[in-house]
Amino acid sequence: MKPETTIAGQPASAVAGPPLPVGYARRNYINAKYGAKSWLLTLDHKRIAILYLLSVTFFFALGGLMAVLIRLELATPEGDLFQPDVYNRLFTMHGVMMVFFFLIPAIPGVLGNFLIPIMIGARDLAFPRLNLASWYIYNVGAVMAFWAMLHGGVDTGWTFYTPLSSIYSNTYVVVTAVGIFINGFSSILTGINFIVTIHKMRAPGMTWFRLPLFVWAHYATSLIMVLGTPVIAITVLLVGAERLLHIGIFDPRLGGDPVLFQHLFWFYSHPAVYIMILPAMGVISELVAAFARKPIFGYAFVAFSSVAIAVLGFLVWGHHMFVAGQSIYSGVVFSVLSMLVAVPSAIKVFNWTATLYKGSVSWDTPMLYALGFIGLFTIGGLTGVMLATLGIDAHVHDTYFIIAHFHYIMVGGAIMGYLGGMHYWWPKITGRLYPAFWSKLSALTVFIGFNVTFFPQFLLGYMGMPRRYHSYPPEFQVLNVMSSAGATILAFGYLLPLLYFVWSMRWGPRASANPWGAAGLEWQTTSPPPTDNFHARPVVTTPPYDYPEPAPSEEEVPVVA
Amino acid sequence: MSHEGEAVVGLHHQFDTTLQQKEAASFGMWLFLVTEALFFGGLFCAYTIYRWSYPESFTAASRTLNIQLGTFNTAVLIGSSLTMALAVRAAQLGKNKLCALLLALTILLGAVFLGVKAKEYADKFEHHHVPGPTFHFEGEGASHAQMYFCLYFAMTGLHAFHMIIGAGLLTFVIVQALRNKYSPSNYNFVEGVGLYWHFVDLVWIFLFPLLYLIGRHH
Repeated sequence: MKPETTIAGQPASAVAGPPLPVGYARRNYINAKYGAKSWLLTLDHKRIAILYLLSVTFFFALGGLMAVLIRLELATPEGDLFQPDVYNRLFTMHGVMMVFFFLIPAIPGVLGNFLIPIMIGARDLAFPRLNLASWYIYNVGAVMAFWAMLHGGVDTGWTFYTPLSSIYSNTYVVVTAVGIFINGFSSILTGINFIVTIHKMRAPGMTWFRLPLFVWAHYATSLIMVLGTPVIAITVLLVGAERLLHIGIFDPRLGGDPVLFQHLFWFYSHPAVYIMILPAMGVISELVAAFARKPIFGYAFVAFSSVAIAVLGFLVWGHHMFVAGQSIYSGVVFSVLSMLVAVPSAIKVFNWTATLYKGSVSWDTPMLYALGFIGLFTIGGLTGVMLATLGIDAHVHDTYFIIAHFHYIMVGGAIMGYLGGMHYWWPKITGRLYPAFWSKLSALTVFIGFNVTFFPQFLLGYMGMPRRYHSYPPEFQVLNVMSSAGATILAFGYLLPLLYFVWSMRWGPRASANPWGAAGLEWQTTSPPPTDNFHARPVVTTPPYDYPEPAPSEEEVPVVA
Repeated sequence: MSHEGEAVVGLHHQFDTTLQQKEAASFGMWLFLVTEALFFGGLFCAYTIYRWSYPESFTAASRTLNIQLGTFNTAVLIGSSLTMALAVRAAQLGKNKLCALLLALTILLGAVFLGVKAKEYADKFEHHHVPGPTFHFEGEGASHAQMYFCLYFAMTGLHAFHMIIGAGLLTFVIVQALRNKYSPSNYNFVEGVGLYWHFVDLVWIFLFPLLYLIGRHH
């Protein structure tokens, strides 16, 4: 395909009508071909990103629906809306849908897929067919779990602890487990694709230390996907084999150890938390630099802190088993190692904050999400350090304190990062702008709704309300009603972007190549990009985040005595 | 860059050079094998823990395996790795006929291995050594012998499944070779399948001592 361009990368052919913004491309990857087949069989990483966007949005809505039902039940102390076993299935399917079919694939599948090749100046990922296969595999797994859900679901919790999952549960454990097993391959293939692409496909001049931090974060994420996912795969396979074939590796009646399941499960599932949060951290690094108009403070530290989180993440799984009969000695070791994760996490938070210092900060929607992320992630991270302490964990284990903590990381962190990134790159992805007022309102609504939902849960947990019960003592009602009310606000905040994003695709004003005036290769190509990403192969000559030095304004110049 | 001018045969559009394409393919395959190592790693971990917990049962149960058949199978698999390596070399030299022949030999050796394995499995059924309600084991170490056989079937079964996948891949490569697909500039796929086959053999090289040999002489 011969792109119609001038030297500046603008559409050359003058088309009748109102003048287009500089760098908006009438011909682009979206209208390069037409028809369902051109989308379902596409090898273009940008189109595959759109396919992922559709899938993960669907499963996010599904998981969200479960959350709504859970909060409805918990609005009153009595278990009046659902039977206990229905409630068990609700929170299990909420967890399964959100963790495996939304949080893990969301940012890598959508933003990573779309942006990594463009950010490093490549035409595509190294293995486009594998990329498309990943999307199909993801959908096969997700549809299996969805099928199980429609037929009554699973009641083991998303953690599938044995022997409940392997012996006692009478629900669709095997179908869901196989769905997760299959979905794991999607994750593995995406991870392999990203690592090979980042190693082998960089444009001339794009050295490792010129990579955007988004790419570094995805590199670290991919390492976890490649090294961790196979372990959960064999683990759920063994649970399936135990149910179907009497291969009772975790069966206490044969001398098997159910805690071994927990070890293998968390060996993946704790690092999986970093699969969810690291890409969001990569997004935040981009946003903070772009909206402070400054190079990120301590680039190399932020880059290596991603890798450090990935590596340390593999050494902390035991903190999920402090009260599961693990020896006190390993408890102490895992406790100390878990606290170490705070170091690279804090490096990121401090460096983002330091980037803001004396930057010319603007308050566009993506920045609002980014600042929300920093605040909420800090709360989630600090309560994580509390939980890494053996004494506190023994007290609040399996209470709402845990629930609040990991929702601050996964919802307050990962989803805020995802939405911030969507708002930042939406003009690049679609070539359209969305309404500023409504999007700022959504950022605010999500932030407020989130805190009203989950902060009361810290208090509830600390007072001793256990997780996974559909009824509770009446004295907990005030905080629970607050939480349920907050969930309503949060749901409204999530609905807003869905509405105006869809609106913008048809009625939104067209975007220029670089509506934010941001640095980075993705802003140098047209909006939306052409199928081959660039009109001419980029050659990189500048460091990342190459923003001009801010001109010192009069009153800020220190007076030298 | 080079993609604007002449189109190189077999070069995908996202790559600039065939060298870049070859390096990416082989790097991707090695990464995939890393995931495979961790996949089997979960089972090796379980094996280590239970062997440590129940050494007498594991020794007693491992004595019921047929060491002659195991040794024979080990030799067969190493032989198949040799023919596989030679096939990759043949593809690299563009000798497609020879490559197809060697790959057919590889499949044949794989089939012999699986046949012997099936015989061993049949023996387990006969002696009620298959985990489940019919399991029966007598003598010292009977208490946790069933766990040994759980691991035996899980590990060798997963390994055999990988060999079946490998045989399918090899069949595909044979068809391609018979169509003269491979040349010095285009043999990445054969090499990738070769790496996979060697990896599966290597798993057996660990399984054989762990399941058949350790503690046998006690």
